Amino acid sequence: MDGLKEELIASTRRTLAVSRKNARIYYVKPPVIIFGLLFPFVMFLAFAIGRGIEPALLTPRILGVTVLFTASSVGPLIAPWERMMKTYERLLTAPVSLWNIIVGDIISGFLFGLLIALVPLVLGLLFFDAVLISPLLLFFALLLAGLCFSALGSLMSALPTELPANVMMLANLVRFPLLFISGIFIPWEEMPNWVQLLAYLSPLTYAVDLFRWSFGEGNNFQPGVSCILLVLFTALFICWAKWAHQNGIKKMY
Amino acid sequence: MLLTAIKASELSKRYGKVKAVDEVTFEVKRGSVFGFLGPNGAGKSTTQRILTGVVYPDGGSVEIMGESMLRHPVRAKKRLGVVPEQANVYADLTAWENLMFIGEIYNVDKQVSLRRAEENLELFGLYERRNYKTRGFSRGMKQRLLLCMALMNDPDILFLDEPTSGLDVESKQLIRQMIKSYNAAGKTVFLTTHDIEEANQLCDEIAIINKGKIAVIDSPFNLRQSISRFQSLQVTFDRAPSNEYLLKELYGVESVKRQGDSYVLYSQQPGKVIPSLGDFAEKEGLEIVSVNTQQPSLEEVFLYFIGKQDEVIDYT
Repeated sequence: MDGLKEELIASTRRTLAVSRKNARIYYVKPPVIIFGLLFPFVMFLAFAIGRGIEPALLTPRILGVTVLFTASSVGPLIAPWERMMKTYERLLTAPVSLWNIIVGDIISGFLFGLLIALVPLVLGLLFFDAVLISPLLLFFALLLAGLCFSALGSLMSALPTELPANVMMLANLVRFPLLFISGIFIPWEEMPNWVQLLAYLSPLTYAVDLFRWSFGEGNNFQPGVSCILLVLFTALFICWAKWAHQNGIKKMY
Repeated sequence: MLLTAIKASELSKRYGKVKAVDEVTFEVKRGSVFGFLGPNGAGKSTTQRILTGVVYPDGGSVEIMGESMLRHPVRAKKRLGVVPEQANVYADLTAWENLMFIGEIYNVDKQVSLRRAEENLELFGLYERRNYKTRGFSRGMKQRLLLCMALMNDPDILFLDEPTSGLDVESKQLIRQMIKSYNAAGKTVFLTTHDIEEANQLCDEIAIINKGKIAVIDSPFNLRQSISRFQSLQVTFDRAPSNEYLLKELYGVESVKRQGDSYVLYSQQPGKVIPSLGDFAEKEGLEIVSVNTQQPSLEEVFLYFIGKQDEVIDYT
């Protein structure tokens, strides 16, 4: 029992070491800054300017865009960048399991997403008259959405390539459509039926719904349902990422 | 006490139609320096990657200090220090941060980590640069840092894949010295190299792999002994003989190679060539300046076992 506990502690330390290394190296990499910071900002401007949307309604949607892009921008960069820089093989020879690497990557993406999401949240509360009805729900929504999108980022990084640009391209190919089918740009009520069907498959739908609920807006799903679905999406992405990374390693080496 | 550090049994790995590693079996004795030689594409790096847990073999098994690499990779990898051929340090971290990261993922105690990092950086002449990001390091410095990283967990087995390839003389010497002193402390070293002279100097045992199969495993001395046809006699005359083609007509001489201002006469019994060599010199009016008998070089052994023995002898 003691041995198991010790191994669990050692494994957690390895995972956190991977996360710290990622934070030191990747938070300031150009692709992360461009797609994780500038992109949500530009999307915000495109969405807000000249559309006459009530400022208070902007905050939950911008939070959705920000968490999606920031939390999922670190993960896709790490593995291909390390393959390109030839540090990945060194990591594979160390006593870290693939779980340590994947969870470490997810934690670093999650923390980055959470940190950056505070910016639109604070701006919304201070300057856009957003009224936070349920801080606890918002906390859980940020937590679950951050983890889910970070796991999605890790899944995309499994693409067996040494070119980070290839993975970033794939990431945008996945993230952009999500914006249009998740009730951010087009309200749920105005979506055609077939888009609504697609929206059920997008984790962003449930994240934005939780953000809207936190700010007292009407919502389409019960918060509990959205939370459970986000947990399920996260579990799916993590398991899929493990499988895809394992196969990617077999293809690359 | 466990006497075998590495046990590879019937390892196989196929990439498409190519069998990169074909039923490779060998053992490395604990406390030895084991050289792994082979031409490009022979399967050296793939074998090492299987042994260090990067590549999953299609078949076979690997034991590292008694731990199965396939069933308990984390346990097995804790016993290793690795300098892969295609590896790099983290360019965005300082030398110190690189070492601390390795200490963390190997779960080395913080105080021990700090001490080892300091000692190893001193040993490899990098201490003054410890707080510099490694993107500005030369290839030799990066390689030395990779070695420091490999030593952070005080491994039982050190895997080195072409550790001195492309380095300056000083870095090469430093790394070879480190290998010797590490081995002197009872540790095992698995050295993959192209540098035959390096293998000759450092290794207790050498395996030659060719086309994915182990061609031979033995000590450098026994390997040289094993191919008697490459024993030779090196002779230098006071001037070049006008009928040098006659050298290969001498009793017992199988072939002749010119090497600078001397001639290498290959023979299975070089001692018996000497009298006829004296006759030849007298007939040609030459004076023999020096004569040496030579065992085959490890390079010749290598070429022989990879099936390129014809390239050893450049017939005059």
